[in-house]
Amino acid sequence: MSAEGSLKTDLMIYVGILALAGVQIFMAYHSPGVIRMLLIAAIQAFLAVMYFMHLRDEQSTLRLALIPATLFVLVMMNMVWADSFRLIQFRSFPK
Amino acid sequence: MSEANLTMGHGAGVMEERPFAIPSKKLVMWLFIISDACTFGAMLFAYGYLRNASPDWPHHFQTASIVNVAIMTFILVTSSLTMLIGTRAAKAGDKAGALRFTFITVVLGLIFAALHLREWSSMIHEGVSLFHNEWGAPLFGATFFGITGLHLAHVISGAIALTVVALGYKRGRYNSDDIEIWSLYWHFVDLVWMFVVPMIYLLNVAQ
Repeated sequence: MSAEGSLKTDLMIYVGILALAGVQIFMAYHSPGVIRMLLIAAIQAFLAVMYFMHLRDEQSTLRLALIPATLFVLVMMNMVWADSFRLIQFRSFPK
Repeated sequence: MSEANLTMGHGAGVMEERPFAIPSKKLVMWLFIISDACTFGAMLFAYGYLRNASPDWPHHFQTASIVNVAIMTFILVTSSLTMLIGTRAAKAGDKAGALRFTFITVVLGLIFAALHLREWSSMIHEGVSLFHNEWGAPLFGATFFGITGLHLAHVISGAIALTVVALGYKRGRYNSDDIEIWSLYWHFVDLVWMFVVPMIYLLNVAQ
């Protein structure tokens, strides 16, 4: 890929990330939803990691070493929600 | 005796292959980034936990705050782009271009920090602080200043680190690999902001 072509890709990703941020701000005033907001943030993060941080151009073994473990830890943190719902209902135990 | 010792002399070690075909220091930066991602993830999950468990979580961010956040987001994402251009220049051997865009990135980062501190000052003036919240749930202030404060610390330390590396690169102490490694850190700081904005600000807009 030529240097000029790569810079064009970078600019497109930059505009894309800003456009997604604009969509989030629009959604904040019209039907905000946690899952939708986080989904857009995840897409922005994917674009930043793959293109800005050039993980797309690295060896696949590096991607395999970094991404699944990180996602696993973050997904496992979702176990807090049961206690969060218990707390708001003042129950002494989760359902 | 190994071939390496025969050719390089007694006691010379055999060079290991670079892990994942990248310099070891770059791998270390990636490992730091994923650990920091888990740290911020834990902070945001804790924030979500408390927000979900509080019946009176404030929805108090007015349009002026959201406009400020939008400007801050634009500045930080633009600084990521300038850092990317600077890294590309460094890899191509354009030292002047690399330094120019790295310093532009630092300036944009400092502008972001200044806007953030101005927002903090406004909120403190309205009665919200680390230990107090005028708008409802008392832990809102703690979580807000905790998360945004941790991010701001990353921005400021990143600006300092980029300045040090850029000056070292100019003197010849560091090379283009070092510019690229610290650009990874800067992109990570931008990435975290993409999650902080919707969670902290956009889901708590004053309707």
